[in-house]
Amino acid sequence: MRRDFVAQMIDEMEHDPEIFFLTADLGFNALEQIQARFPDRFLNVGIMEQHMIGMASGLALEGKKVIAYSIASFAVMRPYEQIRDDVCYHDLDVKIIGTGGGYNYATHGVTHHTVEDIAIMNVLPHMAVLSPSYSWEAKEATRAMMRHKGPVYMRLGKSPGISYERTSFRFALGRGFVVRKGTSIVLISTGNMLDVVEKTADILEQKLKTSVCVISMPSLKPFDEKLLVRHARGAQGVFTIEEHSVVGGLGSIVSSVLLKNGLRAAKYRSFGFPADSFLKDVGDRDHLLKRVGLDPVRLSHSIMHAL
Amino acid sequence: MATRHTHIEKIGARIRRLVIEMSHRSRSGETGSALSISDILAVLYFKIMRNDPKKPDDPKRDRFVLSKGHGAAALYAALALRGYFEEDLLHGHRMNGGVFHGHPSRGAAPGIEVSTGSLGHGLSIAVGMAYALRKTKSTVYVLLGDGECNEGSVWEAVLSAGALALPNIIAIVDDNKFQGFGASREINPFDMERQWQSFGWSAERVDGHDVDALERALRAATHSQRPTVIIADTVSGKGVPAIENSLQAHYYVPDDAALEAAGNNL
Repeated sequence: MRRDFVAQMIDEMEHDPEIFFLTADLGFNALEQIQARFPDRFLNVGIMEQHMIGMASGLALEGKKVIAYSIASFAVMRPYEQIRDDVCYHDLDVKIIGTGGGYNYATHGVTHHTVEDIAIMNVLPHMAVLSPSYSWEAKEATRAMMRHKGPVYMRLGKSPGISYERTSFRFALGRGFVVRKGTSIVLISTGNMLDVVEKTADILEQKLKTSVCVISMPSLKPFDEKLLVRHARGAQGVFTIEEHSVVGGLGSIVSSVLLKNGLRAAKYRSFGFPADSFLKDVGDRDHLLKRVGLDPVRLSHSIMHAL
Repeated sequence: MATRHTHIEKIGARIRRLVIEMSHRSRSGETGSALSISDILAVLYFKIMRNDPKKPDDPKRDRFVLSKGHGAAALYAALALRGYFEEDLLHGHRMNGGVFHGHPSRGAAPGIEVSTGSLGHGLSIAVGMAYALRKTKSTVYVLLGDGECNEGSVWEAVLSAGALALPNIIAIVDDNKFQGFGASREINPFDMERQWQSFGWSAERVDGHDVDALERALRAATHSQRPTVIIADTVSGKGVPAIENSLQAHYYVPDDAALEAAGNNL
């Protein structure tokens, strides 16, 4: 998805001379094209995330539209106060890009795993939160983000290499997408878990001989409540699946929407990273996802058990 | 010359008087830290900065960032005296339903460029502004506290501005020798000028209550090809002899008698 983001950013920067791109020393093998094409509007500030966000705010106060780029965990956690006080309080046009959200930097260890970002960004006033799932969503989310005036956090992960796009899809902040039609069971996904969720749906349809609806929610704030309510109403079960803590992410958002709309009867469970632990296991992303039960076999088993 | 300086000195004293009144009225404030920057703000707003209270958003203006946001009362006083808003507005400082927080909030009144409060944010914001304005004639002035320079983020910004060799940023450190819970030198015993110089800044130490020396140093800084810091030797609680140069000055709240006495001293 990083490649889609970069390609779209080049397009955006060519059309808007007010866009500035800052990185805190990350982007090797990814940002070189932007650096080469826009040397006056690209700056590697160095390994200083707090300063990057402060500087982005200063640039935005002077009317610039600023990208601040780093690995997801560093982009949101180290400079959290700068994001709150400088970016959000001033409601500035700063776009924070966190790459490798979830377990994409799996073997790097816990410091590089990011399963809290959606929660801590979601709680901030004025902040929009995006978490695209695959190539088309990443490109369109980037485009929509640049048209939105105000703070945005976008988490990027690894594209599954499959497109779920339909010709009817029109991306917008606050819009979700039905990538598989069905009525009995509703699976809701965000970020690069969509391929896992699709495989889970395959297993469920085969084993339960029922129809499964899969919804991708690349926009977590604002959130497509209407789409959720429309599909959750009358469904046998609603399940969220995300590469994020079960606290404060997609699961929390969906459960609050369901409660608010009186949809308590539906079977509901959120699948994600357990709330009160660090995953110290060594291994690649698939290995880690399996360890926390976020693979198609375990997920489908858990869902069938819940039903 | 003497008359001109007296005029600026009077403005410094008037800022102090208004600060004391604000602290007295709200029974709260970080009074000592506002008093110590009174003369710096008088020189900046009345001698140095290109600023027009009738056009607070003029793109050609110089910018001011109060990174040590706890000195806000002095900023509000300076802006009122400069004519950005009526002095009456100061009555709403830290009061229920009032206008001004204890730390600056952009948009609360004209002239407040940046919201600050948590220390170590303002210099990075100022670097961003200066970078955006580097091809213009605007200068970005940013005022930090000596205690604030404990913050690691300050040094990220010092490094960055030094590396970028930004000529249009001028930092002033209000070196009043005290922070919230101790003497600043006990925590940072090192030579502040050398610290900034080693990151590529020009640095000069001046008496922060000598308006003539401040003006000279600030004027010289505008011609520098590098970022410049002025370390201003100031007095915490300036103008209130009972608290001057004491840890008590920082959170000092004047009672009725102190208000009256302050009126005489100021």
